[in-house]
Amino acid sequence: MAKLVVNQEKVGNIQDMINICPFGAMEEKNGELQINSACKMCKICVKKGPKGAVEYLEEEKESIDKSLWNGIAVYVDHIDGVIHPVTYELIGKAIELAAKINHPVYAIMMGSKIADQCHELLHYGVDRVYVYDDEKLDRFKMEPYTAVFEDFVINVKPTAILVGATPVGRQLAPRLAARVRTGLTADCTILDMNENTDLVQIRPAFGGNIMAQILTPNNRPQMATVRYKVMDAPKRSSIETGEIINCYIQTEKLNSKVDVLDIIAKEKEQFIESAEVLVVVGRGIKMQEDLQMIQELADLLGGQLACTRPVSEAGWLEAKCQVGLSGRTVRPKLIITCGVSGSVQFTAGMNNSDQIIAINKDENAPIFKTAHYGLVGDLYEIIPNLINQLKVGKGA
Amino acid sequence: MNILVCIKQVPDTNKVEVDPITGVLKRNGVESKMNPYDLYAIETALRIREETGGTICAVTMGPGQAAAVIREIKKLGDFDLILCGKQTTDGDTAQVGPEVSEWLNIPCVSNVSKIVEIQDGAIIIEMDMTNDIEISKVQFPCLLTVDKDIFMPRLPSYVKKQETKDREITIITLNDLDDKDEKNYGLNGSPTQVQRIFPPEVNAHQEIWNGTAVELSNQLLNKLQELKFA
Ligand SMILES: Cc1cc2nc3c(=O)[nH]c(=O)nc-3n(C[C@H](O)[C@H](O)[C@H](O)COP(=O)(O)OP(=O)(O)OC[C@H]3O[C@@H](n4cnc5c(N)ncnc54)[C@H](O)[C@@H]3O)c2cc1C
Repeated sequence: MAKLVVNQEKVGNIQDMINICPFGAMEEKNGELQINSACKMCKICVKKGPKGAVEYLEEEKESIDKSLWNGIAVYVDHIDGVIHPVTYELIGKAIELAAKINHPVYAIMMGSKIADQCHELLHYGVDRVYVYDDEKLDRFKMEPYTAVFEDFVINVKPTAILVGATPVGRQLAPRLAARVRTGLTADCTILDMNENTDLVQIRPAFGGNIMAQILTPNNRPQMATVRYKVMDAPKRSSIETGEIINCYIQTEKLNSKVDVLDIIAKEKEQFIESAEVLVVVGRGIKMQEDLQMIQELADLLGGQLACTRPVSEAGWLEAKCQVGLSGRTVRPKLIITCGVSGSVQFTAGMNNSDQIIAINKDENAPIFKTAHYGLVGDLYEIIPNLINQLKVGKGA
Repeated sequence: MNILVCIKQVPDTNKVEVDPITGVLKRNGVESKMNPYDLYAIETALRIREETGGTICAVTMGPGQAAAVIREIKKLGDFDLILCGKQTTDGDTAQVGPEVSEWLNIPCVSNVSKIVEIQDGAIIIEMDMTNDIEISKVQFPCLLTVDKDIFMPRLPSYVKKQETKDREITIITLNDLDDKDEKNYGLNGSPTQVQRIFPPEVNAHQEIWNGTAVELSNQLLNKLQELKFA
């Protein structure tokens, strides 16, 4: 909550001020001194400029009472009552975070005829399952689901809400965040909890090989989405613990201006998320034809082919084969990257894999920081050799 | 039909600079281009206009203009349909569409993969839910975020550029908004704050292998056999 204010009448020589700034963030416009977006708030202009020329104003926002918000809630992502496994992973994380601040863990589930599913959730260590069971909640629809979620937030006041970054979660979470006027951090890869109940949200920063740590210091609830296969699910316990709380909302609130006319099942696709072995191609591949070689390697290892963003953008492989922040998150038993540099946007989608092997001819490639085994060499020399040896091993 | 398309400028490179102090993307000094996904929203708008007639407005926000316009789209006029791309290539969050729809209190459908039919007062669309496709009828006014490949974006044309060069561009600044409190916009207004930025973690167990191609492939084969993958 701070800003710099320029008092033009005290500036004096504009060029002197411009020279003071080490970031080139001062400029002259229409005879006035202006601060542009290169400013890093170092305040050298405040200290070194003529007195009062640039003022640093700090405004304290009224702080909220965080103690009124209690518990970590997980949105139970499901379609037609089939719970998405990301839900259990988030419950696992929520239990861990809640233990640090001594808060309870909630699951919130909305749908139609979902009593059995709610009982299933009690095998994973949540303290309470809040249930909204209504015919009108049969399928995900933005307006009624947001209304229900809002009702939950108002009544239960959780300090944090975790939502799976699924097709539903990616629509519902921002709508809810806007409704309850709070922040939302998308696609977090690491979550932690501060003593003062601030949720530490970490995700790859926009561009650049860097991670950003984000807080929601003065709003509650705090909201984050997390991709499938980023966190660990707890073991299912054979006994049920915790309780189920049935909630009701006026049915008028469940009206929607969207009518689902029909649902068409898509052909069952092979998703790279479900592969145990993945061979990933990056821009180290020179031509589309060379993909055959990599495909052969994948076949020999019983795996699937995947790629980095430039490769899918070039149209060499389908977008659904892309690993990374704007692609899929994968966690196979084995992943071999071929000609992949290893930017954070890529590694964020695969660094939880069990065994990571990287082939890259540049010994300084960042992928070698993520890999368990790094081969410094030319993939065009290593892979054909390997293919031959694998074939021999298979008795071909 | 009045259509509004939301577009954004994104850096035209993957090596954008991040401000080490605010942790915010530095939008100066890097070439920008239109967010590629927004081209699909624009194409969708053009196709719909070809069918129904009407007008298309585009709105964007960026440095130079101090304010966030998304909350104030109402002021631009009454729109039947607001279109967004599926996400931006710099932030990747896919949040702006649903959030705008909430501020405007209109229905919203994301992941729209096909426009089936435009009716009086409603639009029928297909929404891609990964495992299935939902066909839904959405009442106007509404907001849709469209998938890549919903339509093939046309190429920019010089003739069109000439034809439209005098079209009005309205600049909206903080002073034009109802809520003129700077604290509610931009970095200051954001409930989330970047606290610090740091390099990604390094894997604890690491082996780097050097050697000839034959040595390396032998070593890899042995490792794959040891791990029972070969
Ligand atoms: C918001 C955002 C989201 C993004 N999302 C994703 C995403 O989901 N997935 C993704 O992959 N990227 C994503 N990116 C892009 C990402 O930052 C990188 O640009 C991209 O991952 C680089 O792909 P690459 O490794 O294939 O290519 P490059 O970075 O060009 O690397 C090619 C590598 O191949 C090596 N090489 C070349 N020839 C050979 C050879 N003969 N033998 C061995 N090695 C060789 C080179 O040394 C180099 O390291 C995103 C970027 C942004 C800003």
